[in-house]
Amino acid sequence: MNTTDTSTPAYRRVGQDLWEFLREELKPKGKLLTPFNLISGPIILLGLVLIILRFTKGLGATTNLSQEFPWGIWIGFDVVTGVAFAAGAYIVTFMVYVLRMDKYHSIVRATVLNGFLAYVFYAGALTLDLGRPWKIINPIIGNSFGVSSVLFLVAWHFLLYMMAQFIEFSPAVAEWLGLKKLRKILGSLTVGAVIFGICLSMLHQSGLGALFLLAPAKIHPLWYTEYIPVLFIVSSVFAGMSIVIIEGTISHRAFSHLISTKNHAEHMDIMVGLSRLAAAALFVYFFMKILVLVHSMQFHLLMTPMGYLYLVEVIGFVVLPFLIFVTGAKNRNRKLLLSGAIISAVGIILNRLNVSVIAFKWYAPGHYVPSWIEIVITLAVVFGEIWAFRWVANRMPVFSESPRWVKTLDDEVKQTLPAGAVVQPVKK
Amino acid sequence: MKTTRRKFLQLTGVAVGAGLLMGPKSTYGAIAKKDNSQHYAMLNDTTRCNGCQACERACADKNCFPLPEAKPEIGSPRSSGTEVLTVVNAHSTKNKGIVFAKTQCMHCDQPACVSACLVNAMYKTDEGPVIWREDKCMGCRYCMIACPYDVPKFEYGSLNPKIRKCIMCYDRLTEGQMPACAEACPQEAILFGKRRELLDIARKRIYDRPTEYVRHIYGEHEVGGTNMLYLAGVPFEQLGFRTDLGTTPYPEYTKTFLYSVPLALLLAPAFMLGLRHATKGKGDKD
Repeated sequence: MNTTDTSTPAYRRVGQDLWEFLREELKPKGKLLTPFNLISGPIILLGLVLIILRFTKGLGATTNLSQEFPWGIWIGFDVVTGVAFAAGAYIVTFMVYVLRMDKYHSIVRATVLNGFLAYVFYAGALTLDLGRPWKIINPIIGNSFGVSSVLFLVAWHFLLYMMAQFIEFSPAVAEWLGLKKLRKILGSLTVGAVIFGICLSMLHQSGLGALFLLAPAKIHPLWYTEYIPVLFIVSSVFAGMSIVIIEGTISHRAFSHLISTKNHAEHMDIMVGLSRLAAAALFVYFFMKILVLVHSMQFHLLMTPMGYLYLVEVIGFVVLPFLIFVTGAKNRNRKLLLSGAIISAVGIILNRLNVSVIAFKWYAPGHYVPSWIEIVITLAVVFGEIWAFRWVANRMPVFSESPRWVKTLDDEVKQTLPAGAVVQPVKK
Repeated sequence: MKTTRRKFLQLTGVAVGAGLLMGPKSTYGAIAKKDNSQHYAMLNDTTRCNGCQACERACADKNCFPLPEAKPEIGSPRSSGTEVLTVVNAHSTKNKGIVFAKTQCMHCDQPACVSACLVNAMYKTDEGPVIWREDKCMGCRYCMIACPYDVPKFEYGSLNPKIRKCIMCYDRLTEGQMPACAEACPQEAILFGKRRELLDIARKRIYDRPTEYVRHIYGEHEVGGTNMLYLAGVPFEQLGFRTDLGTTPYPEYTKTFLYSVPLALLLAPAFMLGLRHATKGKGDKD
């Protein structure tokens, strides 16, 4: 497409036929035979085949789950870790819409999109793990509300938060499709959705930890504490930030042609700011971990094999990334920031798997190890999310600027009132 | 200012509504206050059990499962499964030689599995037994994570998998019969009755023959009390019982968190709207 502005994809113009436009957009953009595609494509295909196998042969034939270990990596990694990784959305929207830190405005859409897709794919993977998925509607419809269950809360919050995130992202869809009126309505819902979404996020980030409060006799005492929910929510901050930094660094290169010169210039500032926040969260988290350890008087457990694992987690994946983030932010070193983010993200995987899988029944002989099918499907879910992200980012105004008419639309809204006044509902 | 306040009130209203809607109040009130002394219960006296497996056979018979083949043997403890709801294991003890102990669902007074279940498929009946309801369960297996005794078993091999566990023959109880295992026991090692009466009997046995029993009725206080009660001549650790579970009812462990949910939904939106107002600059939209 030869348009004058090469940095934006062609959105639907006013009057252009919607179906024709959509058909055009469905076609792949960019090179197909990239190294990433060559690896991820076959894994996704294999994953799809294996998902069919899971639904035709059952959980027993495809997973290593057992009576002793009812939850494996589909819960421990896909859901518990995936949701922590999606935390960037609630933190960045909090900074931009509640604290009005406009500096981060340019990464809101990418972060929210990533968060939304993460929920759709990772939480969606939950249905693979359900033994009786055709009953999945039960917690939503009347008669069987298990209100004393943390999982009930988590399920509802997943559902509501996915909707909130979709509303937060929907203006981009409307801009892509050139639907001005809809864009105006959806744009006005953003702040409400953001605030609602932040509340939901805080509760289910901690809620995922609270799930394991019901297993006091089964989780290793170094990981079981009544403060699991607090630890989960604090660690979700640097988990989210790390993923935003990793995604931001990759996107900055991969979608370089879509990003405006202004946003290019500001990118480093944003990354440094996020790293500082991640470092602060890591410090608070480390402090709390120490507090919990001191409080529980379990130093003797540190000199056991599980204790070594605990030390690796806390020193190697909390203290170390903290130091890297601090140094990287001081020197404005892109590589340091990225490696800090990767290490702390790996640390989150380790921590979430420790609580949900590794330290769970650490005493039992024949501990659960995921089957290759579980691993391939998990990889397929991750790659599927990246493909969906790329598909959207290449078409909708995520990294690229919104179409020009949006600016006039926003000005219109502003002009109906004097500067600094409060928005009244537009009456006609 | 006017609209801000109105919006604030609106959102607070929404939050209160959501809080009331999602609050855990009713369930806890109901579980905690229920009188359990009239619950159906069973007293297993391990000093009387001779490991004949009549209970296992009666259980298999009643549930149409294959009859047990393995015998209770020292050093190879068996566990219950999807087609075995109760097993008798042999334990070698320090002072009393070989002692047999039957295991099955403990039918806790405040069950972890029930508080874990998000669809009320695990259900504590008014009569005492904890049952599983097929039409509600979605197969998440959180009950298996929560149960301190690892009782619920999941049919991994099935495409329509069920959770299997002892339900104290709830169907027989409603027909006025006693559980199959209690009826079958030739040694009268399994007594069936009301929890309060069984506790009296247990205490009397300990009082009458203090040398034969340890002064501990397992299940009287464990995890807040269970409807399966045990007597033994040796400390319960020697019979493979978990004695590190404490006396706190399991729902208590998540109670604080669940109580904080309505509070957070109430306060957080107000706080954030306040912050958003406080950070407003001149040219900013509301």
